[in-house]
Amino acid sequence: MLKQIEGSHAMAEAIALCRPEVICAYPITPQTHIVEGLGELVKEGALVDCEYINVESEFAALSVAIGASAAGARAYTATASQGLLFMAEAVYNASGLGLPIVMTLGNRAIGAPINIWNDHSDAMSMRDAGWLQLFAETNQEAVDLHIQAFKLAEELSMPVMVCVDGFILTHAVERIDIPTQQQVDAYLPPYDPVQVLDPAEPASIGAMVGPEAFTEVRFLAHYKQTLALKLIPEFSEEFSKAFGRESGGLLRTYRAEDADMLVVAMGSVCGTIKDTIDEMREDGIRIGLVVIVSFRPFPVAALRTALAAAKNVVVVEKSIAVGMGGQLADNVDVALRNLPRPPRLHSSVAGLGGRPITRASLHHLFRQASVQPWEGTNFLDLNERVVGREIHRTRKNRRSGPTAENILRQLGKSVPPVAE
Amino acid sequence: MIDPAATLAPEEAVQKLKYYQKGTFTVGNRLVAEEERTVQASQARSNALTCGHRACQGCGEALGARYAIDAAMRATNNNLIAVNATGCLEVFTTPYPETSWQLPWLHSLFGNAAAVATGVAAAMRVKKRPEVRVIAQGGDGGTTDIGFQCLSGMFERNDDVLYICYDNEGYMNTGVQRSSATPPTARTATTPALGPEPGNVFGTGKSVPRIAVAHNIPYVATATVADLHDLERKVIKAMSIHGARYIQINVPCPLGWGSASHDTIRLARLAVECGLYPIFEADHGKVTQVRKIRRQVPVQDYLKLQRRFAHLFKGGHEDPRIARLQAMCDANIAEYGLVDATGKDG
Repeated sequence: MLKQIEGSHAMAEAIALCRPEVICAYPITPQTHIVEGLGELVKEGALVDCEYINVESEFAALSVAIGASAAGARAYTATASQGLLFMAEAVYNASGLGLPIVMTLGNRAIGAPINIWNDHSDAMSMRDAGWLQLFAETNQEAVDLHIQAFKLAEELSMPVMVCVDGFILTHAVERIDIPTQQQVDAYLPPYDPVQVLDPAEPASIGAMVGPEAFTEVRFLAHYKQTLALKLIPEFSEEFSKAFGRESGGLLRTYRAEDADMLVVAMGSVCGTIKDTIDEMREDGIRIGLVVIVSFRPFPVAALRTALAAAKNVVVVEKSIAVGMGGQLADNVDVALRNLPRPPRLHSSVAGLGGRPITRASLHHLFRQASVQPWEGTNFLDLNERVVGREIHRTRKNRRSGPTAENILRQLGKSVPPVAE
Repeated sequence: MIDPAATLAPEEAVQKLKYYQKGTFTVGNRLVAEEERTVQASQARSNALTCGHRACQGCGEALGARYAIDAAMRATNNNLIAVNATGCLEVFTTPYPETSWQLPWLHSLFGNAAAVATGVAAAMRVKKRPEVRVIAQGGDGGTTDIGFQCLSGMFERNDDVLYICYDNEGYMNTGVQRSSATPPTARTATTPALGPEPGNVFGTGKSVPRIAVAHNIPYVATATVADLHDLERKVIKAMSIHGARYIQINVPCPLGWGSASHDTIRLARLAVECGLYPIFEADHGKVTQVRKIRRQVPVQDYLKLQRRFAHLFKGGHEDPRIARLQAMCDANIAEYGLVDATGKDG
């Protein structure tokens, strides 16, 4: 049914349609509206046979989900940013134990300096934790990916993180098609765990494993993610047949057929990139987009095929591995490195801490990539004047004070932004 | 002739049952009716923690866990799931691919046993299996330190979980480091017996049983492996109650305490008899029962059997800080009324 609805509430309704049995709720911006929405559905009796537990931390939220999942219940929680870091130990534990928990991540920057706005730093911090990580481009896809996530998680006995851009998606009110209970029930069978805590059949779960078997355990986790590379497109196709729209998959392309330049990105920024591409196409520039939906497992083979014919690849990502560069660009490089004539790779870090990524900046970036390529990482819309002053100041003065506050002070003196 | 019994009050006319033989703590199973004998005395015991595990000789934790879990198994007709924090108990029972547990058992992390148990209990509720009950267990490090936030959350929500803390007063699994349950003056790897004030300092540490009582949860108890009848009774009682429950068991650790493995029971008894480890039960925030001390022993009797306190007696001189430990014992005795004014048995 079409509804004019906030993204978070649409996701809450979709998750409720998946009949979760245990929901662990702990507030953190910008995810909070999702668990609030679920709380309303449980309290008013719309979502039955569900335990809604208000926990005391994110670490407890995922730990309660671990216990519930190991005992055979469909478990769900949501978090963001600092919350994901606080539960980090349990994030690895959930995947290590093979528990099909679904968690929404309302993508947000990580402090310090504290910042509540959107980027992908939080998701990237857990990229190697053994979870599947799916990125939603739109709120419709966010709704759809949650339904697919439960199916994937339970088929593979692996946890799935559905990554949705904080505020840009979570707080946007728009027209979203919410499926019916019958549709979701037909698509998503009840949870049938591969192993469960049951007094009728006692098993010990979570034993200590030494060097004699640890490599094999890890190999099998990696192997399962390679199985997901097949299963994700399958379940996405099954979804489009059942629900009448395309959502999910490993990746998808936009105007890529004859493109010399391909942009690679994840999440909601793909909308702005598509608009930019449309404008550049009108100017006769052969440019297209590859939208990564599945960041883990990373679709190396599919991406290699998609990028093989391009001359230039521009990766636009909302995260930075400090001291190294963009994580997505680094991963894309893996897909390109064994091509006989690989396209040139350009990496741009954009939209950190919620900075808007504008079409104007993207136009400039993509044109620059074709005429004036750069090495390393480009920081889109970096205020070089402010950065330069701060570097100069800290060199001059040993007791230079906190960088973040100093930059804010500079901006307060209305330093004009860098000219386009 | 006057019948001497006729002159007594009715309750005194019947001889009171005594579990303990005079002057000892030997539990006289043979002396009591069959239905009052320990779970362990029964051939029908579940052996939930079965033989073959790798605990040290004289391990108080292994003994305490065996009695506690078997008692809980009996109380629940074997419908029990255990969640275990990381620590000695987890490591010595489940070296892959072996396990000593004969009940469904889950180890997740060091600091989240209480929360994981909450999740298991929630799953049982939603699956409509009220007969299946949940226990969480861990050492004092996993309970009073790293697992404390999850524990307090579980208490506060009154989740249907019995949490058992096996308190050996330190991080024994990692090589005997100080925890917030380590007593003052005790030598550990991180409070070495060096300098002018060797061992752990005074004025620190926390009493989780008292904190549990402050959460107003339905049941809190302390126990020791010296009094296994009492331990079983408390576990069985705890399993008759729904909501958050907490039992902390004093479990001497020969390795960490530097004591003889044959002194485990004796040390647990002395910890109680000197007043350092008050044994009590509390119901919804009110202390309802205390284990009286029959003959208070000086704290030195407890300390001298342990090398972790050896520096207090070095060179034939008694460290003046022993008096402060004695004062702690006396304060416990006063707070809980552990010694009757008459000095007679409780």
